[in-house]
Amino acid sequence: MNEGQQSLFSFMRQEQDKLISQTLTHIGLTFISLIIAVAIGLPLGILIANKRKLSGTVLGIAGVFQTIPSIALLGFLIPVLGIGAKPAIFALLLYALLPIIRNTYTGIIEVNPAIKEAAKAMGMGYWQILFQVDIPLAMPVILAGIRTATVINVGVATLASLIAAGGLGEFIFGGISLNNTNMILAGAIPAALLAIIFDFLLSQVQHLNIKRVRDVTMALPVILLIFAGFYLIPSAYAGKLTAGFTPEFMGRRDGDLGLRDKYGLKIHTVVISDAVMYKAAYEKHLDVISGYSTDGRLKAYDLVVLQDDKGIFPPYYAAPIVSAEALKKFPQLESTLNMLSGHITDSIMTELNYRVDYLHQSPEKVAHDFLVDKGLFKPATEATGETVRIGSKIFGEQYILAEMYTMLIRGYTNYNVSTKTGLGGTKICFEALTNNQIDLYPEYTGTGLLVMLQADKSITDTLTDKDKVYNYVKQQFKTKYNIEWLKPIGFNNAYALMMRKKQANELNIQTISDLKRYLESK
Amino acid sequence: MIKVEHLSKHYGKLHAVDGISFEVNEGENLILLGTSGCGKTTTLKMLNRLIEPTSGKIFINGRNIVEQQPEELRRGIGYVLQDTGLFPHYTVAENIAIVPNLLKWDKKRIADRTFELVEKLNLSRSHLKLYPAQLSGGQQQRVGLARALVADPSVLLMDEPFGALDPVTRFNIRQEFKDLDELKRKTIIMVTHDVQEAFELGDRICLMDKGRIVQAGTPVELLFKPANDFVTGFLKEQRLLLEFKAVTLNDIWDLLPNIKTRSSKNAINCNCTVWETLKIITSQKENAVAATNPINKETKTITFTQLMSTFNQYQNSEAV
Ligand SMILES: Nc1ncnc2c1ncn2[C@@H]1O[C@H](COP(=O)(O)OP(=O)(O)OP(=O)(O)O)[C@@H](O)[C@H]1O
Ligand SMILES: [Mg+2]
Repeated sequence: MNEGQQSLFSFMRQEQDKLISQTLTHIGLTFISLIIAVAIGLPLGILIANKRKLSGTVLGIAGVFQTIPSIALLGFLIPVLGIGAKPAIFALLLYALLPIIRNTYTGIIEVNPAIKEAAKAMGMGYWQILFQVDIPLAMPVILAGIRTATVINVGVATLASLIAAGGLGEFIFGGISLNNTNMILAGAIPAALLAIIFDFLLSQVQHLNIKRVRDVTMALPVILLIFAGFYLIPSAYAGKLTAGFTPEFMGRRDGDLGLRDKYGLKIHTVVISDAVMYKAAYEKHLDVISGYSTDGRLKAYDLVVLQDDKGIFPPYYAAPIVSAEALKKFPQLESTLNMLSGHITDSIMTELNYRVDYLHQSPEKVAHDFLVDKGLFKPATEATGETVRIGSKIFGEQYILAEMYTMLIRGYTNYNVSTKTGLGGTKICFEALTNNQIDLYPEYTGTGLLVMLQADKSITDTLTDKDKVYNYVKQQFKTKYNIEWLKPIGFNNAYALMMRKKQANELNIQTISDLKRYLESK
Repeated sequence: MIKVEHLSKHYGKLHAVDGISFEVNEGENLILLGTSGCGKTTTLKMLNRLIEPTSGKIFINGRNIVEQQPEELRRGIGYVLQDTGLFPHYTVAENIAIVPNLLKWDKKRIADRTFELVEKLNLSRSHLKLYPAQLSGGQQQRVGLARALVADPSVLLMDEPFGALDPVTRFNIRQEFKDLDELKRKTIIMVTHDVQEAFELGDRICLMDKGRIVQAGTPVELLFKPANDFVTGFLKEQRLLLEFKAVTLNDIWDLLPNIKTRSSKNAINCNCTVWETLKIITSQKENAVAATNPINKETKTITFTQLMSTFNQYQNSEAV
């Protein structure tokens, strides 16, 4: 946290254009989905207020939609709606539906029956009663529902960036994976402000007197439409091929920047979460993606790595990083963790990942089988000591490594182990370590060099092989963060560009230079 | 004219209304009276098809109501509810204009008629811009009445229209109601469980119990020729007051002693009830009042004691 407040403002000023377009996209996403949710939710609410028998079912289903975790929902939607605006709007719409249906329903059934009866007795028909009595009288409650839905949507819309639909989530998730606090805040603060502002505005509308509510009811659709218009649908599909890169890849020198500098590659690119990226490639919504060379999903989704013929993706070691305090506190820890060193080569790691990602074996089983195979496995001893806390990021390889370390510590020491797997991104893992929430997690020297230390080009140019990088990172982490890099595990980790095997063959693309050539051909 | 034939409404085993028949003549005021749950509201709502009967027929102005569009039927029938049912999001003027708007009256006609009613119902024009919540209970009830009367329907249905008001307001509104010329021409069915109200306002009364009509007749008939013990019991508590209010000078005219009268100048009409006459007598210095029989132009002077003894005589002769 060496960036002060000053630099947050300078960051925002520097990224002003992006910030404005992301904010507008965010507002647009929120309101497009809101309009559709109102268009569906209002009639549904009215329907179930008339046919009460249906109310349980409809509200139940809308309630279930809300409990589906957003990232899972986005994953489900790829085969049907692809990536970009459509699935994002659809997901947002599902989340907004419940408050709107429920409040419409409640608002209407709570209209004083004597008033409805009077309306009927005076000779008003069904639609006249609906539009002149039910809806106006239910309007404050309906508005409260729309207000809730708006605030939910502003929040959930940050997730749109996971599926290449843009919005303020681009900064937030980019900042998380690039260890850039200013970037996170540049996304989070406007998002929070939007929520507060819209909540306030709608609360004002809600508390207007009866007469004014009528005018506002007329004006509301217009206002919603104007806001929705902010969404200039980002073209998730355009050009010959589409690339989907993770926020981290976008911001790293050995990522997108390198592709542009060294290869001069110009490809239509969207930002997407690595959780859905592989699937999107498999479903043909993306053609080129950024991944790790050892990732099991490579094989699982029948993808092929494009040769890095100009060498912009240097290989890096993977090794556990441990806080120095933990090493002091647990004297046997270092030697236990180092037992794994040298046992896992690139091909072994790819194979292990494949078993988790494609064969869907549990990381625990995969880790256990491997340790038994190498003669390293020992049944857990009785744990009498203190607890070692192991962290991991959210993908198969990290889960497997965390399981292996757990088993080794349980077998060879009397320490207790707790695992905190699934720490969302590099920044979250690293912050957990520096803030003494975990004691260790597996990390890659390239990430240490470019993301944590953010080393200058002048320094990286001198680090010509992976051992030099390892030594530099080890020494810097020790002095800067009091964190130790233990022995490298053995396998190399490097970024890679991937394509579907079939498409790569058809287009005759084997290297990144082939890709460039293809893109430039007419 | 309203004619009801063998009307029933059953909710499962419950016979809310159980085969009732009655007629209301044009300009007549019929009261449905009875204890809570005896089926008064159900009967009333079947008349404007808010409730569809299980069996039976209803004719309004000679037409079977099932042959009419419910909306059209209802636009021709005024309806007043206990808790007014005013639209809280409409101003008083807008509330009154609901039916005229449904009938597509032009603006001027609506405004003229509204002003007319506002005057007749002792409201002020400044009320027209207000919302119902800004009015007192009595004023709300007047607006409710105005809303029902605005299109000048020939039939008016009222379900405990004064039920939600405090006794004083209730009494005053009832007086105004009696004097309202708009209502004199209308065929009215009014529901109440207030015996006083029934006797004060009703030309005829239908006393109901458990979905059936126990007795239908004029107030005097109910009092002095009760059909059974239920009727007697129902009226017992307030009997004296009811009798004072039901019996007019006409009824006892022949029994009144023929005392020479000084002048017929300030004489009251024979349609006055005994109750009204008593009130006038007690407000006079000489404790007496002159009354004229419009039929034979005979004028008699009545004192308090004479009136009371004559009334007693009448009670004894009627209650056989
Ligand atoms: N929709 C319904 N379903 C079942 N029973 C009903 C329904 N409406 C009315 N009832 C029953 O029918 C009977 C008559 O009801 P109604 O409302 O006509 O009584 P009421 O004479 O108007 O009484 P009150 O003086 O209390 O208003 C009551 O026993 C009531 O419970
Ligand atoms: Mg009733």
